[in-house]
Amino acid sequence: MNVRLYLLQRATALVMVPLIVGHLAIIFYATRQGLTAADILGRTRGSLGWALYYVAFVLAASVHGAIGVRGIAMEWGGLWGRALDLMMWAFGIVLAGLGLRAVYAVVI
Amino acid sequence: MSEAVAETRPGKAVEKIIDVSIWRGQGDEGRYETFRVPMRESQTVLDIVTHVQRHLDPTLSYRFACRVGVCGSCAMTVNGRPRWTCRTHVSKVVENGKLEIGPLANLPVIKDLAADMTPFFEKWQEAKGTFKPTKSRDDALPEISPQTAERRLIDAAIECINCGVCFSACDTVRWNEDYMGPAALNRAWTLVNDVRDGGNAGRIFAVAQGGGCHACHTHQSCEQHCPVGLNPTASIAGLKRRTMQAYIRGDLE
Repeated sequence: MNVRLYLLQRATALVMVPLIVGHLAIIFYATRQGLTAADILGRTRGSLGWALYYVAFVLAASVHGAIGVRGIAMEWGGLWGRALDLMMWAFGIVLAGLGLRAVYAVVI
Repeated sequence: MSEAVAETRPGKAVEKIIDVSIWRGQGDEGRYETFRVPMRESQTVLDIVTHVQRHLDPTLSYRFACRVGVCGSCAMTVNGRPRWTCRTHVSKVVENGKLEIGPLANLPVIKDLAADMTPFFEKWQEAKGTFKPTKSRDDALPEISPQTAERRLIDAAIECINCGVCFSACDTVRWNEDYMGPAALNRAWTLVNDVRDGGNAGRIFAVAQGGGCHACHTHQSCEQHCPVGLNPTASIAGLKRRTMQAYIRGDLE
Protein backbone atom coordinates (compact mmCIF):
# COMPACT_ATOMS: atom_id res chain seq x y z
CA MET A 1 0.00 0.00 0.00
CA ASN A 2 1.41 3.38 -0.92
CA VAL A 3 0.69 6.71 0.73
CA ARG A 4 -2.16 7.54 -1.67
CA LEU A 5 -4.08 4.33 -0.96
CA TYR A 6 -3.31 4.66 2.75
CA LEU A 7 -4.70 8.18 2.86
CA LEU A 8 -7.78 7.27 0.78
CA GLN A 9 -8.56 4.35 3.08
CA ARG A 10 -8.25 6.52 6.21
CA ALA A 11 -10.25 9.37 4.66
CA THR A 12 -13.09 7.05 3.64
CA ALA A 13 -13.06 5.52 7.14
CA LEU A 14 -13.45 9.03 8.54
CA VAL A 15 -16.43 9.64 6.25
CA MET A 16 -18.00 6.31 7.19
CA VAL A 17 -17.81 6.64 10.99
CA PRO A 18 -20.73 9.09 11.38
CA LEU A 19 -22.62 7.39 8.51
CA ILE A 20 -22.34 3.98 10.21
CA VAL A 21 -23.58 5.40 13.51
CA GLY A 22 -26.52 7.00 11.71
CA HIS A 23 -27.18 3.82 9.72
CA LEU A 24 -27.29 1.71 12.89
CA ALA A 25 -29.52 4.25 14.62
CA ILE A 26 -31.90 4.11 11.64
CA ILE A 27 -31.98 0.29 11.78
CA PHE A 28 -32.80 0.33 15.51
CA TYR A 29 -35.42 3.02 15.01
CA ALA A 30 -37.05 1.22 12.09
CA THR A 31 -37.28 -2.13 13.89
CA ARG A 32 -38.33 -0.70 17.28
CA GLN A 33 -41.02 1.47 15.74
CA GLY A 34 -42.19 -1.46 13.66
CA LEU A 35 -41.92 0.41 10.37
CA THR A 36 -43.05 -1.58 7.36
CA ALA A 37 -41.26 -1.62 4.02
CA ALA A 38 -43.95 0.71 2.71
CA ASP A 39 -43.35 3.13 5.62
CA ILE A 40 -39.63 3.17 4.90
CA LEU A 41 -40.05 3.61 1.16
CA GLY A 42 -42.52 6.39 1.85
CA ARG A 43 -39.77 8.29 3.62
CA THR A 44 -36.89 7.52 1.27
CA ARG A 45 -38.61 7.87 -2.13
CA GLY A 46 -37.85 11.23 -3.65
CA SER A 47 -35.72 12.28 -0.71
CA LEU A 48 -32.53 14.06 -1.79
CA GLY A 49 -31.17 13.86 1.77
CA TRP A 50 -31.40 10.07 2.00
CA ALA A 51 -30.04 9.75 -1.53
CA LEU A 52 -26.95 11.82 -0.69
CA TYR A 53 -26.52 10.03 2.64
CA TYR A 54 -26.45 6.55 1.13
CA VAL A 55 -24.60 7.47 -2.07
CA ALA A 56 -21.81 8.89 0.11
CA PHE A 57 -21.90 5.75 2.27
CA VAL A 58 -21.78 3.40 -0.73
CA LEU A 59 -18.92 5.25 -2.42
CA ALA A 60 -16.86 5.50 0.78
CA ALA A 61 -17.42 1.81 1.56
CA SER A 62 -16.50 0.78 -2.00
CA VAL A 63 -13.20 2.67 -1.94
CA HIS A 64 -12.39 1.59 1.62
CA GLY A 65 -13.29 -2.05 1.00
CA ALA A 66 -11.51 -2.32 -2.33
CA ILE A 67 -8.25 -1.05 -0.83
CA GLY A 68 -8.62 -3.45 2.10
CA VAL A 69 -9.31 -6.44 -0.14
CA ARG A 70 -6.31 -5.42 -2.26
CA GLY A 71 -4.11 -5.80 0.82
CA ILE A 72 -5.55 -9.22 1.66
CA ALA A 73 -5.22 -10.41 -1.96
CA MET A 74 -1.57 -9.36 -2.01
CA GLU A 75 -0.50 -10.64 1.39
CA TRP A 76 -2.54 -13.82 1.57
CA GLY A 77 -3.52 -14.46 -2.04
CA GLY A 78 -0.18 -13.85 -3.73
CA LEU A 79 -1.60 -11.38 -6.28
CA TRP A 80 0.71 -8.57 -7.36
CA GLY A 81 1.37 -5.92 -9.96
CA ARG A 82 -1.25 -5.16 -12.61
CA ALA A 83 -3.50 -8.08 -11.67
CA LEU A 84 -3.66 -6.80 -8.10
CA ASP A 85 -4.71 -3.30 -9.14
CA LEU A 86 -7.21 -4.64 -11.69
CA MET A 87 -8.76 -6.79 -8.97
CA MET A 88 -8.99 -3.77 -6.66
CA TRP A 89 -10.72 -1.65 -9.30
CA ALA A 90 -13.07 -4.49 -10.30
CA PHE A 91 -14.00 -5.19 -6.67
CA GLY A 92 -14.60 -1.50 -5.97
CA ILE A 93 -16.69 -0.97 -9.11
CA VAL A 94 -18.84 -4.06 -8.46
CA LEU A 95 -19.35 -2.99 -4.83
CA ALA A 96 -20.25 0.55 -5.86
CA GLY A 97 -22.57 -0.76 -8.61
CA LEU A 98 -24.46 -3.05 -6.23
CA GLY A 99 -24.70 -0.34 -3.59
CA LEU A 100 -25.85 2.39 -5.95
CA ARG A 101 -28.44 0.03 -7.43
CA ALA A 102 -29.84 -0.52 -3.93
CA VAL A 103 -29.88 3.24 -3.27
CA TYR A 104 -31.65 3.78 -6.59
CA ALA A 105 -34.25 1.20 -5.62
CA VAL A 106 -35.23 2.99 -2.40
CA VAL A 107 -35.00 6.66 -3.39
CA ILE A 108 -36.33 6.76 -6.97
CA MET B 1 21.25 -38.43 17.87
CA SER B 2 24.65 -37.50 19.28
CA GLU B 3 25.55 -38.09 22.91
CA ALA B 4 27.14 -35.38 25.02
CA VAL B 5 30.82 -35.84 25.67
CA ALA B 6 32.01 -36.44 29.20
CA GLU B 7 32.54 -33.12 30.93
CA THR B 8 36.11 -32.67 32.04
CA ARG B 9 36.45 -28.93 31.50
CA PRO B 10 36.60 -26.55 34.45
CA GLY B 11 33.64 -24.25 34.90
CA LYS B 12 30.20 -24.17 36.32
CA ALA B 13 28.66 -27.45 37.35
CA VAL B 14 26.32 -29.29 35.03
CA GLU B 15 22.76 -28.86 36.26
CA LYS B 16 21.17 -31.34 33.89
CA ILE B 17 21.29 -32.60 30.31
CA ILE B 18 18.83 -31.05 27.85
CA ASP B 19 17.71 -32.06 24.37
CA VAL B 20 18.68 -29.44 21.82
CA SER B 21 17.17 -29.69 18.33
CA ILE B 22 19.21 -27.73 15.81
CA TRP B 23 18.27 -27.01 12.19
CA ARG B 24 20.73 -28.61 9.79
CA GLY B 25 20.73 -28.09 6.07
CA GLN B 26 21.38 -25.76 3.19
CA GLY B 27 18.88 -23.53 1.39
CA ASP B 28 15.34 -24.86 1.60
CA GLU B 29 16.41 -28.41 2.41
CA GLY B 30 17.00 -29.48 5.97
CA ARG B 31 15.80 -31.10 9.18
CA TYR B 32 16.18 -30.75 12.93
CA GLU B 33 18.92 -32.83 14.53
CA THR B 34 18.91 -33.47 18.26
CA PHE B 35 21.94 -33.22 20.55
CA ARG B 36 22.17 -33.86 24.27
CA VAL B 37 23.91 -30.91 25.86
CA PRO B 38 24.85 -30.22 29.50
CA MET B 39 22.99 -27.26 30.96
CA ARG B 40 24.93 -24.96 33.28
CA GLU B 41 24.23 -21.92 35.39
CA SER B 42 24.15 -18.59 33.47
CA GLN B 43 24.53 -20.46 30.17
CA THR B 44 23.37 -18.67 27.01
CA VAL B 45 21.80 -20.19 23.92
CA LEU B 46 24.95 -19.18 22.04
CA ASP B 47 26.99 -21.18 24.59
CA ILE B 48 24.82 -24.21 23.75
CA VAL B 49 25.40 -23.82 20.00
CA THR B 50 29.13 -23.33 20.57
CA HIS B 51 29.22 -26.45 22.76
CA VAL B 52 27.58 -28.49 20.01
CA GLN B 53 30.05 -27.24 17.40
CA ARG B 54 33.16 -27.69 19.56
CA HIS B 55 32.31 -30.99 21.19
CA LEU B 56 29.62 -32.80 19.23
CA ASP B 57 29.61 -31.80 15.56
CA PRO B 58 32.29 -29.47 14.14
CA THR B 59 30.39 -29.16 10.82
CA LEU B 60 27.65 -27.05 12.46
CA SER B 61 27.55 -23.55 10.92
CA TYR B 62 26.41 -20.48 12.84
CA ARG B 63 27.35 -16.83 13.12
CA PHE B 64 28.52 -14.76 16.06
CA ALA B 65 31.14 -12.15 16.87
CA CYS B 66 31.03 -10.06 20.05
CA ARG B 67 29.11 -12.39 22.41
CA VAL B 68 27.94 -9.38 24.45
CA GLY B 69 24.89 -8.07 22.59
CA VAL B 70 26.55 -5.36 20.55
CA CYS B 71 27.28 -6.72 17.08
CA GLY B 72 23.89 -8.21 16.20
CA SER B 73 25.38 -11.29 14.51
CA CYS B 74 24.03 -14.20 16.54
CA ALA B 75 20.24 -13.90 16.21
CA MET B 76 18.45 -17.23 15.75
CA THR B 77 15.00 -18.68 16.26
CA VAL B 78 14.83 -20.20 19.74
CA ASN B 79 11.75 -22.28 20.62
CA GLY B 80 9.83 -20.50 17.87
CA ARG B 81 10.85 -16.93 18.70
CA PRO B 82 13.63 -14.82 17.20
CA ARG B 83 16.21 -13.89 19.84
CA TRP B 84 19.76 -12.64 20.28
CA THR B 85 21.32 -15.87 21.45
CA CYS B 86 24.34 -14.35 23.22
CA ARG B 87 22.11 -12.55 25.71
CA THR B 88 19.41 -15.20 26.05
CA HIS B 89 19.83 -17.42 29.10
CA VAL B 90 18.95 -21.04 28.49
CA SER B 91 17.17 -21.20 31.86
CA LYS B 92 14.73 -18.52 30.67
CA VAL B 93 13.75 -20.22 27.40
CA VAL B 94 14.14 -23.98 27.93
CA GLU B 95 10.77 -25.75 27.84
CA ASN B 96 10.41 -29.22 29.41
CA GLY B 97 14.15 -29.80 29.10
CA LYS B 98 14.04 -29.02 25.37
CA LEU B 99 15.41 -26.30 23.15
CA GLU B 100 14.74 -25.90 19.43
CA ILE B 101 17.21 -23.65 17.62
CA GLY B 102 16.74 -22.64 13.98
CA PRO B 103 17.94 -19.91 11.65
CA LEU B 104 16.13 -16.55 11.56
CA ALA B 105 12.80 -16.74 9.73
CA ASN B 106 11.94 -14.57 6.68
CA LEU B 107 15.49 -14.87 5.34
CA PRO B 108 17.15 -17.47 3.08
CA VAL B 109 19.33 -20.02 4.86
CA ILE B 110 22.97 -20.29 3.88
CA LYS B 111 23.68 -23.32 6.04
CA ASP B 112 22.37 -24.61 9.37
CA LEU B 113 21.87 -21.59 11.66
CA ALA B 114 23.45 -18.98 9.38
CA ALA B 115 20.77 -16.95 7.62
CA ASP B 116 21.59 -14.90 4.54
CA MET B 117 21.20 -11.26 5.65
CA THR B 118 21.40 -9.89 2.08
CA PRO B 119 17.64 -9.16 1.71
CA PHE B 120 17.64 -7.49 5.13
CA PHE B 121 20.38 -5.04 4.16
CA GLU B 122 19.01 -4.53 0.66
CA LYS B 123 15.89 -3.16 2.33
CA TRP B 124 18.08 -0.66 4.20
CA GLN B 125 19.29 0.58 0.82
CA GLU B 126 15.74 0.76 -0.54
CA ALA B 127 14.64 2.83 2.48
CA LYS B 128 17.57 5.20 1.85
CA GLY B 129 19.12 4.31 5.18
CA THR B 130 22.44 6.00 4.40
CA PHE B 131 23.43 9.42 5.71
CA LYS B 132 23.57 12.14 3.06
CA PRO B 133 25.94 14.85 4.29
CA THR B 134 25.18 18.51 3.66
CA LYS B 135 28.54 19.87 4.78
CA SER B 136 32.15 19.19 3.97
CA ARG B 137 35.04 18.38 6.27
CA ASP B 138 36.02 22.05 6.17
CA ASP B 139 32.77 23.15 7.84
CA ALA B 140 32.43 23.38 11.60
CA LEU B 141 30.73 20.47 13.35
CA PRO B 142 27.04 21.27 13.85
CA GLU B 143 25.94 21.58 17.46
CA ILE B 144 22.86 19.52 18.22
CA SER B 145 21.31 19.94 21.63
CA PRO B 146 20.15 16.66 23.20
CA GLN B 147 17.01 18.55 24.22
CA THR B 148 15.70 19.23 20.71
CA ALA B 149 12.59 17.37 19.59
CA GLU B 150 14.40 15.85 16.59
CA ARG B 151 17.30 14.58 18.68
CA ARG B 152 14.90 13.01 21.20
CA LEU B 153 13.12 11.15 18.38
CA ILE B 154 16.48 9.90 17.14
CA ASP B 155 17.52 8.85 20.66
CA ALA B 156 14.47 6.62 20.91
CA ALA B 157 15.37 4.74 17.72
CA ILE B 158 19.13 4.93 17.17
CA GLU B 159 20.43 1.97 19.18
CA CYS B 160 19.51 -0.65 16.57
CA ILE B 161 22.20 -3.36 16.33
CA ASN B 162 20.97 -4.68 12.94
CA CYS B 163 20.41 -8.17 14.32
CA GLY B 164 17.41 -8.92 12.08
CA VAL B 165 15.20 -10.11 14.97
CA CYS B 166 12.42 -7.64 14.09
CA PHE B 167 12.61 -8.61 10.40
CA SER B 168 12.26 -12.24 11.38
CA ALA B 169 9.39 -11.57 13.81
CA CYS B 170 7.36 -9.41 11.40
CA ASP B 171 4.16 -10.87 9.90
CA THR B 172 4.12 -8.26 7.15
CA VAL B 173 7.66 -9.16 6.06
CA ARG B 174 6.47 -12.77 5.80
CA TRP B 175 3.41 -11.85 3.73
CA ASN B 176 4.77 -9.06 1.55
CA GLU B 177 8.17 -9.52 -0.04
CA ASP B 178 8.30 -5.86 -1.08
CA TYR B 179 7.97 -4.65 2.51
CA MET B 180 11.11 -2.92 3.76
CA GLY B 181 10.65 -4.19 7.30
CA PRO B 182 10.92 -2.61 10.74
CA ALA B 183 14.71 -2.13 10.97
CA ALA B 184 15.12 -0.36 7.62
CA LEU B 185 12.17 1.94 8.30
CA ASN B 186 13.38 2.60 11.84
CA ARG B 187 16.75 3.60 10.36
CA ALA B 188 15.05 5.85 7.81
CA TRP B 189 13.15 7.53 10.67
CA THR B 190 16.39 8.38 12.52
CA LEU B 191 17.73 10.03 9.35
CA VAL B 192 14.45 11.87 8.66
CA ASN B 193 14.99 13.55 12.04
CA ASP B 194 18.70 14.20 11.54
CA VAL B 195 19.12 17.94 10.92
CA ARG B 196 22.54 17.33 9.35
CA ASP B 197 21.13 15.02 6.68
CA GLY B 198 20.17 16.24 3.20
CA GLY B 199 18.53 13.14 1.75
CA ASN B 200 15.00 13.47 3.03
CA ALA B 201 13.25 14.22 -0.26
CA GLY B 202 14.36 10.90 -1.75
CA ARG B 203 13.92 9.07 1.54
CA ILE B 204 10.36 10.25 2.17
CA PHE B 205 9.50 9.35 -1.43
CA ALA B 206 11.07 5.88 -1.06
CA VAL B 207 9.23 4.97 2.14
CA ALA B 208 5.89 6.25 0.72
CA GLN B 209 5.94 3.58 -2.03
CA GLY B 210 4.26 0.17 -2.03
CA GLY B 211 6.74 -1.67 0.20
CA GLY B 212 7.24 1.28 2.53
CA CYS B 213 5.84 2.37 5.88
CA HIS B 214 2.16 2.12 4.90
CA ALA B 215 2.42 -1.64 4.50
CA CYS B 216 2.92 -1.96 8.28
CA HIS B 217 -0.11 -3.45 10.06
CA THR B 218 0.98 -2.21 13.50
CA HIS B 219 1.10 -5.76 14.91
CA GLN B 220 4.05 -4.60 17.02
CA SER B 221 5.92 -7.92 16.85
CA CYS B 222 9.07 -5.86 16.21
CA GLU B 223 8.58 -3.94 19.43
CA GLN B 224 7.76 -7.17 21.27
CA HIS B 225 10.91 -8.96 20.11
CA CYS B 226 13.52 -6.19 19.75
CA PRO B 227 16.36 -7.26 22.04
CA VAL B 228 17.46 -3.69 22.76
CA GLY B 229 13.96 -2.49 23.57
CA LEU B 230 13.32 -0.26 20.57
CA ASN B 231 9.87 0.36 19.14
CA PRO B 232 10.17 0.34 15.33
CA THR B 233 6.37 0.50 15.07
CA ALA B 234 6.50 3.98 16.60
CA SER B 235 9.18 5.00 14.10
CA ILE B 236 7.03 3.65 11.25
CA ALA B 237 4.05 5.61 12.60
CA GLY B 238 6.26 8.72 12.47
CA LEU B 239 7.10 7.97 8.84
CA LYS B 240 3.41 7.52 8.05
CA ARG B 241 2.69 10.99 9.44
CA ARG B 242 5.63 12.57 7.64
CA THR B 243 4.79 10.96 4.27
CA MET B 244 1.13 11.94 4.56
CA GLN B 245 2.09 15.54 5.26
CA ALA B 246 4.44 15.51 2.27
CA TYR B 247 1.76 13.97 0.04
CA ILE B 248 -0.87 16.52 1.08
CA ARG B 249 1.60 19.37 0.48
CA GLY B 250 2.31 17.90 -2.97
CA ASP B 251 5.98 17.25 -2.21
CA LEU B 252 5.89 13.61 -3.29
CA GLU B 253 4.93 13.89 -6.95
